[in-house]
Amino acid sequence: MDLGTIHDFLVLNPKGPIGADEKDLMILATVLMLIVVLPVFALTLYFAWHYRASNTKATYAPNWSHSGKIEAVCWLVPFVIVGILGTVCWISTQRLDPFRPIASDVKPIEVEVVSLDWKWLFIYPDLKIASVNELAFPVGTPVHFRITSGSVMNAFFIPQLGSQIYTMSAMQTQVNLLASEAGDYTGFSANFSGDGFSDMSFDAKAMSEGDFEGWVKNARASKDSLTLASYRQLAQPSERAPVAYYGDIEPHVFHDVLNQCADGSLCRDDAMRFASLQETYDGRLALCTPAKPRGL
Amino acid sequence: MSVASHADTPLAATAAHDHADSHEDGSLTILGFWIYLMSDCILFASLFAAFAVLRDQTAGGPSARDIFDIPYVAVETACLLVSSFTYGLAMIAVERRNKAWVLRWLVITILLGLSFVGLEVHEFIHLTSEGSGPDRSAFLSAFFTLVATHGIHVTSGMIWMSVLIGHVMYRGLTPANRTRLMCLSLFWHFLDIVWIGVFTVVYLLGVA
Amino acid sequence: MGRLSMSAVPMDQPLVMGAVGMMVIGGLVVIAGLTYFRLWGWLWFEWMTSIDHKKIGVMYVLLALVMLLRGFSDAIMMRAQQALASTGGAGYLPPEHYDQVFTAHGVIMIFFMAMPFIVGLMNFGVPLQIGARDVAFPYLNNFGFWLTASGALLVNLSLGVGNFARTGWLAYPPLSELPFSPDVGVDYYIWALQIAGLGTLLTGVNIIATILKMRTPGMTLMRMPVFTWTALCANILIVAAFPILTATLALLALDRYFGMHFFSNDAGGSPMMYVSLIWTWGHPEVYILVLPCFGVFSEVIATYSGKPLFGYKSMVYATISITVLSFLVWLHHFFTMGSGADVNAFFGISTMIIAIPTGVKIFNWLFTMYRGRVQFTPPVLWTIGFIITFTIGGMSGMLMAVPGADFVLHNSLFLVAHFHNVIIGGVMFGCMAGFNYWFPKVFGFKLDERLGKVSFWCWFVGFYLAFMPLYALGLMGMTRRLEHVDNPVWHVYLVIAAIGAAVIACGIGATILQIAYSIWKRDELRDVTGDPWNARTLEWSVSSPPPLYNYATLPVVHSIDAYWEEKREGLDHRQLPSYTKIHMPHNTGTGVILSGFITLLGFGLIWHIWWLVVLCFIATVATAVAHSFDEHRNYDIPAAEVTATEGKYFKQLAAKV
Repeated sequence: MDLGTIHDFLVLNPKGPIGADEKDLMILATVLMLIVVLPVFALTLYFAWHYRASNTKATYAPNWSHSGKIEAVCWLVPFVIVGILGTVCWISTQRLDPFRPIASDVKPIEVEVVSLDWKWLFIYPDLKIASVNELAFPVGTPVHFRITSGSVMNAFFIPQLGSQIYTMSAMQTQVNLLASEAGDYTGFSANFSGDGFSDMSFDAKAMSEGDFEGWVKNARASKDSLTLASYRQLAQPSERAPVAYYGDIEPHVFHDVLNQCADGSLCRDDAMRFASLQETYDGRLALCTPAKPRGL
Repeated sequence: MSVASHADTPLAATAAHDHADSHEDGSLTILGFWIYLMSDCILFASLFAAFAVLRDQTAGGPSARDIFDIPYVAVETACLLVSSFTYGLAMIAVERRNKAWVLRWLVITILLGLSFVGLEVHEFIHLTSEGSGPDRSAFLSAFFTLVATHGIHVTSGMIWMSVLIGHVMYRGLTPANRTRLMCLSLFWHFLDIVWIGVFTVVYLLGVA
Repeated sequence: MGRLSMSAVPMDQPLVMGAVGMMVIGGLVVIAGLTYFRLWGWLWFEWMTSIDHKKIGVMYVLLALVMLLRGFSDAIMMRAQQALASTGGAGYLPPEHYDQVFTAHGVIMIFFMAMPFIVGLMNFGVPLQIGARDVAFPYLNNFGFWLTASGALLVNLSLGVGNFARTGWLAYPPLSELPFSPDVGVDYYIWALQIAGLGTLLTGVNIIATILKMRTPGMTLMRMPVFTWTALCANILIVAAFPILTATLALLALDRYFGMHFFSNDAGGSPMMYVSLIWTWGHPEVYILVLPCFGVFSEVIATYSGKPLFGYKSMVYATISITVLSFLVWLHHFFTMGSGADVNAFFGISTMIIAIPTGVKIFNWLFTMYRGRVQFTPPVLWTIGFIITFTIGGMSGMLMAVPGADFVLHNSLFLVAHFHNVIIGGVMFGCMAGFNYWFPKVFGFKLDERLGKVSFWCWFVGFYLAFMPLYALGLMGMTRRLEHVDNPVWHVYLVIAAIGAAVIACGIGATILQIAYSIWKRDELRDVTGDPWNARTLEWSVSSPPPLYNYATLPVVHSIDAYWEEKREGLDHRQLPSYTKIHMPHNTGTGVILSGFITLLGFGLIWHIWWLVVLCFIATVATAVAHSFDEHRNYDIPAAEVTATEGKYFKQLAAKV
């Protein structure tokens, strides 16, 4: 009967500063609350036992139901605890804002993430490679993730590194993480997204610089190329997708996924730009009018 | 200190009788109706919130400025506001127990209400036929839904008004019917207020 | 017939057909029994058409208990699947079923178990506690019940005809939109909840009006029993929050039926807005569930401690502040959606603030026991169990109220453990306490105490076995709603959790046994005085069960704990030489008929059977209009009958003395 060790408690065993900060926060909050909770447990058990009906030796005050002093303590103590916790909450929330870059001398690595049914696509825009269900980065290097979804709402989560964040179609969100120790960490979706959800996990590999260069080289060796066509192929619903690499990418794939034009239709950012440029002519919207025959 | 707490006093017997009577003066029904109306207010608030969030999501399609015809909407609004006034006149006739005028003002109110809904439906058909229907964009979905929900409420009110005309013709201005007319009055004026919100937030602020 | 065809019945799925078979057989047994004992008339005239709040309350609780079995069997299936499929195997429940099971589990437990249970308790208890004869709108009360039953029927129908939603109990888009959920599942979800939601809204209007306008003379707001206060606040929340659910589900329906774009992935739709709107309803909903249960605990602990509730005023103010604050915290359900630090921090702090009045209540319950004489009856065991269990759940909630912590705990089994901790510890335990406490008042005989204690201990031990491992699993990184996983360490905890579920099943079995045994032994368990607990509030001053009219003469009240004061001054149970006639409303079948049409209307909408929709809509309106022309709504109970009923009660009392 393997109940596991402390190392199995991933959330309590962070391997990066974000996760570590969050773990410390949890411990602090728990300790503060125990200040109130432990007396509550003690009083509950003591009062119930001491004032049990069969204990006729205990004082019985059948008309007593009010005490300003007790009330004052009952309102005040939780107030104070909440005041402290609230302050901790405000400060830590600012500090742990997923959008906030991690302070570091090392230049961050950019990774673009797309959640699909039911797998993860990782695009390295600067390195011009992409991978499916496998993420790699050097230890000690901040990783800046820009994230969207190619289908329904998911959540990008690597428990041992810290903060998860929802992925949503047509929206770009961000999270900044860093691994301070090398290792293979599990990542997965933390928001139910359909029948293939249970297999939507990926490996997040933190490795030395040298190993990372090797990984990139291996990915580059792949003959597959991430184009809009191969993206559309990938986006077809599939379960238990195997790890795959794209040796080279078209640079605008993430932009097109984000702007919902991976299928060749008009990109949302272009559509919005056109809409703001259009004027009403003859009762309809038009990009060009007789007064402005070449549009704007 | 302790007055006889149970009912051998006439006080409690009167209290028992009073409860039966409170059902007669309609105040309980009207309170219940107010509470329902407040829940309806929150329903509309949700739709207003959805509209506010989605008002700029035109998805490359038409925006407020492109489709709203303010003079047309002004006529619609006038129909509805006048109908509120005519319903008020009906309620005055109720106070005076003048059954004939109650019925006349109710009919006129319905006609004005039908004009309002007719104009609204015409606007919807026109927009949909030129490709600006509620399935075109989130903005249009929110617009159509908010305005149509109000329109459906107005239509339900008119059906209810017709039924009440039936009730009044059948039994006259009984206490029960007066309570019903009062509730419908609250409903009708409430819809008026919601329309003023719609007119302002959707139409006027949309083309501003 | 729209898109309905024989293929909607899942003949090829033995598990589903087995469950359907069991339900059909169960239904047939009931029908056979009713026919054999010639009880159809009794059922229709005494129960289904009854506008008596006491009977409607009983029907609500019965519905809740039946749906508890359905929702709990979903739970057993989930725990079994996860225990069996956590070492790399596939288990026995493929994803397309598992996903329906966890969705149905949540929907049934919240909407068709917890809500009806507390509405039933409030329905029965509030008019009696305020010295009234019924609620403000008895006919609407009946209609509201049948609307709720109609929603429950639709959910159960989805098992055998079509399928249920596979989206989770809140059906987030875009997963719940047509492209990703093209089948009838989400439509069943939408219409079942819209119909039941209408019923709940009617209850909200009814109970607020009742409490505000029908209190007996002398009962000012600050002299009401605390259970009535919590009922008032819960119903204010119902009236304020349920319209948001109605609107949001309507918008989802518009997307699905008319191709609109409120929450779609394209054309400007915003799934984020759905999440925000649905939780603006969802958070007040959990307070709707728990506040009346807090009220139950207040009544129970005061009664069985032989002392007034400590800090009445404080309790009232705490309840009111919880009511208001519950509308200011909803974003804590989606800190991870990316709202930015300022917004997240605001809602984190507001969530913590709501813990203050809740903590005050716990202290006040403790100080009610202090210097009392506490009897460890089943309701008291449920109460003490609640204090301990709910406190732990509150702690885990406070932990997740800190956005930074929530970022690693959201949607994990830690979250699942937290909300079950507070819902089972708070709502379930409260319902069981109320059930045991008021049972003699409803039926005239007590529930067997021994079996009641067995039930409590099974629930208590079972709960910790089932959910403490889930806290651990959340910290180990296991997310929720997984149909299979491959981790030998997680497997151990999942097996323990499954054992816990089995222990809870024993608790439910013990309750069923308790009811059956108590009915069998009812003569020995009889409550002849109407006041088996030497209680404090007005409902205990009348017979058990109360007469149809509750109070032959309306009591006049001078203080909190009005009945206790009456007893103290020797002014309780005074028989009058004669009584006056009492004006009461008639039973009516309109509520049943309307709900029948509305159920068919819902079915037609789900399956796109448009002629059925139009027909039922017209029939519904026509029935409602016809009912409005019914002038014979009330009748008088003759004075002689009242005198005779009261006479019988006082004779019984004298015999007991």
